[in-house]
Amino acid sequence: MSDLKKIRDEFLSKLRSKLDLSQVNQLKTDLFGKNGLITKQFKKIGSISDSERKKFATELNNIKDELQNLINSKISEIEISEVNDKLKKEKIDISLPERSISIGKIHPVSQTIDEISSIFSEIGFSVEEGPDVENEFNNFTALNTPDHHPARDMHDTFYLDEKKQNLLRTHTSPVQIRTMINNKPPFKIIAPGRTYRSDSDQTHAPMFHQVEGLHIDKEINMGHLKGCLNYFIKEFFEVDKIKMRFRPSHFPFTEPSAEVDIGYKIKDGRIVIGEGDQWLEILGCGMVHPNVLKNVRVDPDKFQGYAFGIGIDRLAMLKYGINDLRAFFDCDYRWLNHFGFDPLDVPTNYRGLSR
Amino acid sequence: MKITLDWLKDYLNTSLEEKYLVDQLTNIGLEVESVENLSADNKLFKVAKITKTEKHPNADRLKVCDVDIGEKNIRKVVCGAKNARAGLITIYAPPGATIPKTKTKLVVAKIRGITSYGMLCSESELNLSDESEGIVELSKSKYQKIVGKNYFQNNNSNSIDLSVTPNRPDCLGIRGIARDLAASGFGKLKNFKEKKIQSKLKQTLSVKITKEKGQGCNVFGSCLITNVKNTESPKWLKDKLISIGQKPISAIVDITNYVMLDINRPLHAYDADKIEKGIIVRNSKSGEQFTALDNKNYKLENDMCVISDSKGVLGLGGIIGGTRSSTELDTRNILLESAYFEPKSIRKTAKKLNLDTDAKFRFERGIDPLSIEDGLNKAALLIKEVCGGVISKIDVQRIEKFKAKTVKFDPNLFEKVTGLVISRKKILKILEDLGFKHKKEKKYLKLTIPSWRPDISQPIDIIEELARIHGYDQIKTIEPTKERHKPTLNKSQKLFHYLQRAIASKGYVEAITWSFTDSKYNNLFKENKKEIKIINPLSSEIGVLRNSIFSNLIFYMRKNLNRDIKDLSLFEIGPIFSGSNPGEQETVIGGLRSGKMSRLSWIEDDRIVDIFDVKKDIIQTLIEAGYDRSKIYIDDTTPNYYHPGKSGRIFINKEKDKIVGYFGEIHPNIIKKIEIKTESLVGFEIFVDNLKRPKKLLRDQKKVYRVSDFQKSERDFAFIIDRNFKSQKLIEIISSVNPNLIRNVDIFDVYEGENIPVDKKSIAINVGIQSLDKPLNDEDLEKVNKLIIDTVEKETGAKIRS
Repeated sequence: MSDLKKIRDEFLSKLRSKLDLSQVNQLKTDLFGKNGLITKQFKKIGSISDSERKKFATELNNIKDELQNLINSKISEIEISEVNDKLKKEKIDISLPERSISIGKIHPVSQTIDEISSIFSEIGFSVEEGPDVENEFNNFTALNTPDHHPARDMHDTFYLDEKKQNLLRTHTSPVQIRTMINNKPPFKIIAPGRTYRSDSDQTHAPMFHQVEGLHIDKEINMGHLKGCLNYFIKEFFEVDKIKMRFRPSHFPFTEPSAEVDIGYKIKDGRIVIGEGDQWLEILGCGMVHPNVLKNVRVDPDKFQGYAFGIGIDRLAMLKYGINDLRAFFDCDYRWLNHFGFDPLDVPTNYRGLSR
Repeated sequence: MKITLDWLKDYLNTSLEEKYLVDQLTNIGLEVESVENLSADNKLFKVAKITKTEKHPNADRLKVCDVDIGEKNIRKVVCGAKNARAGLITIYAPPGATIPKTKTKLVVAKIRGITSYGMLCSESELNLSDESEGIVELSKSKYQKIVGKNYFQNNNSNSIDLSVTPNRPDCLGIRGIARDLAASGFGKLKNFKEKKIQSKLKQTLSVKITKEKGQGCNVFGSCLITNVKNTESPKWLKDKLISIGQKPISAIVDITNYVMLDINRPLHAYDADKIEKGIIVRNSKSGEQFTALDNKNYKLENDMCVISDSKGVLGLGGIIGGTRSSTELDTRNILLESAYFEPKSIRKTAKKLNLDTDAKFRFERGIDPLSIEDGLNKAALLIKEVCGGVISKIDVQRIEKFKAKTVKFDPNLFEKVTGLVISRKKILKILEDLGFKHKKEKKYLKLTIPSWRPDISQPIDIIEELARIHGYDQIKTIEPTKERHKPTLNKSQKLFHYLQRAIASKGYVEAITWSFTDSKYNNLFKENKKEIKIINPLSSEIGVLRNSIFSNLIFYMRKNLNRDIKDLSLFEIGPIFSGSNPGEQETVIGGLRSGKMSRLSWIEDDRIVDIFDVKKDIIQTLIEAGYDRSKIYIDDTTPNYYHPGKSGRIFINKEKDKIVGYFGEIHPNIIKKIEIKTESLVGFEIFVDNLKRPKKLLRDQKKVYRVSDFQKSERDFAFIIDRNFKSQKLIEIISSVNPNLIRNVDIFDVYEGENIPVDKKSIAINVGIQSLDKPLNDEDLEKVNKLIIDTVEKETGAKIRS
């Protein structure tokens, strides 16, 4: 057996046994180090006869490659297994709690206002606002509710001066007045906001939210009013059909006036909108009274249209199963976190109003 | 307004059932609030006699009564009424009966250890009156014989409670409601011609209405009934009153009540013998006084409409009578008043005196001016029938003649407003049924408005009548069109919406609190703003409009901290007020944080929330809203409710034109004063209205995109600088050394203490240098380096630390 073959066989068998990295490296040095067996063999090449040289060199190179490859793969094998052993020791308790993050919440009333705006946006309403402190004219007189009108009793008003000229608006309707005084028809607006009445019990809060709607153009009639509200309620409650009832009523600023009830039933302790034979009053509306149009210098012979007022808090309660109005304003952190909405949850038409 | 179907049938021929009635009332605008089943259980309530009472062994105020209900077994009933005593005849409700007032169903119950079988009732519990003091006392002579019998007569009609809108005084009477129902097709209205007084006797008591400015009465009708004997009302009348929850009192009172409820004609009965020399209807003089039937003394101002005699004021016309001329059981001679009082005058007087009566409620809505004689006829004849006596002729004094109003109505308008088509014939039928007279005038109808409809004066009122009677359900729904001509939100509304969600995304929970607040809290944050008082607050805790968003927010922070929630972040976006005029308000975002970050975290060290947390929240929000961080400018002039050394004021540019916000620690004195228990309390305010909208839209600001792929070099500097020198300024100076090359300036250490002079601090800064055009060599970098050091040293007096 040639030396080469001997070296090869010897080291192949050595490398086959279980070795650690230093042992493999030792073998590597034994073969390829300065005085390694293979290195020595290479040094021999010069002294070999011409006829033998080529064969010897080829054989030597083959053996060198074979051993080298084997050593390299052995090394990487050992390295991988060493890393794996190391990682095994690094294993931690991944069931420990994650780092904390605090995401805030949007108040259900704000969310509901955004939902309402989104719905009315689709059918061309834009949002108007007005001040919380109003004068007596915008809140009452211009709305066809002169002094000494019994309807003023229905609004328990907070006043800011003895002469009762300035007050906290009792409804969002004065925004109608401001909008119509400052602009030219047609008008197609909604006006959400805070409203105030000196009333406080289980179902009334001294501050609450309303959204006013106003659509004035040349040929807007009660059919449009019905259509608009029907659309809104259906979209808001995200149901396919809705049962609605328009009942004649009276508001000084609209005529004919109506109160609107929606049909509902109680199923498994929760309210289901759009089915059943119970009625729930949810809003007041009507055709804007000609006197109101005259008061804001809009010609009632040319323009007409409807207005409505909806309690926002009430809608939020119905949609989100909240049963205490006062809780909206009580700022209980637990309640706000429970009923509040993720700020990323912006109501949109394409993604849906709510999740 | 309470009604029953039975009573309606006095005026209405109908065989329709009550359930249809309830629907129809609602359909025509007479909203049914409730249907009260007074009769379902009625058979259960028995006339009963207490045979014995004993003190309850375990309760001082209770008695154990033996009650005889006409059966062999005596019932044991525990009762708390003071007047419960042996021998008393009263009303007994057995277990199983539902108490009309509370709607609670009685069960056999142990009360403090003694079993009680049923209950003895008060008038209030039976809805007979408001009398809740003690149990009912029935007259012995009458009820002794019928102990054990049903107390209530068998009456199958439910009491239906209507909410009548203020424009419909005519529906404050049964007859008016019947008319509306008949017009809508619910039954047929009976022909009701009232019988008239046939008398030759003159009304001998003189009545005069003075003609003066602001006279609140323009017609005063009266008649004298002499020699009456007031007594108990007949059964039919008592039943009627009881059926709608009214308590019978005496014939004369019951009859005037009945006429009022029946045809909405308020009347007043005087004891004629107590009137001195006739009646004068006049304006009051300031200082006049009288004692009203509510036993209160009223001091009058000028120009209130009073009924008086030569001795002085007898009563307030149309509002309340006085005790001096009131009828009593032994009254022999009665003057019956039926007058018309101006709604405005009534309302003004009642408001000033803070008086609310049934008569006032009706007169202020407008009583039919032509019902004066009807009322007198109806009442006087009834009184005569029940109490005997002699009736005089009716005397009517008037200073103004009634003129029927008319309205010119174009029937085409109906379709224009409602979108509904109905035939001319139907229109006329509805109007006739409601009492209108009509005459054709070219394309118009000239309509004469019935005297009982003060609410009608113009065509739109007619349209409402037609729509309401024809039925709103007939109006066809027109689907809305999905087109938009104007953006839904304007720029500031968009900003509001954006900021609201940006703040929430920083971990704040949105609160909505009242716009009003407690002045105690408000004063802490008011600074020199005007206090805006509410004249009629619900309570002093919400007595002023808030001058700051913090006044309520801090109150609720405390409330939540007291709930043992320690780490809170609350914010509110809403109005604060600077004056009591419309528009004197601005929109503000306020945020408060308390407690710690990473409390009880196994992985992170906890620390208290600090001013740089809220600074991050406010600055990051502004950046997200589109404001350039490099332009945002901060100084340390802040309101006195912030910690004077740990608070800042924010501008969106160096020109400092408008303050856009504050941030900082809440002043420790405030925390102490309102006893807030937390490790830390920091907050911020953003004055949304002061945020100038960026001129360019965000999308336009983003058009230029330039980055450099050349090598970026970083250099660290440490400067020893005056302790009070603002790092903001240092960054600005370094950045402007060469804006083309300097990409970032970051402070990575601030140090005061050992090795640094007392009034100095060391600031360590990392500067990133990179060119857009070429790689920088050592020489270039050295130049920039030197320039930075020279500029800083020159402009700030700082020294580079070697």
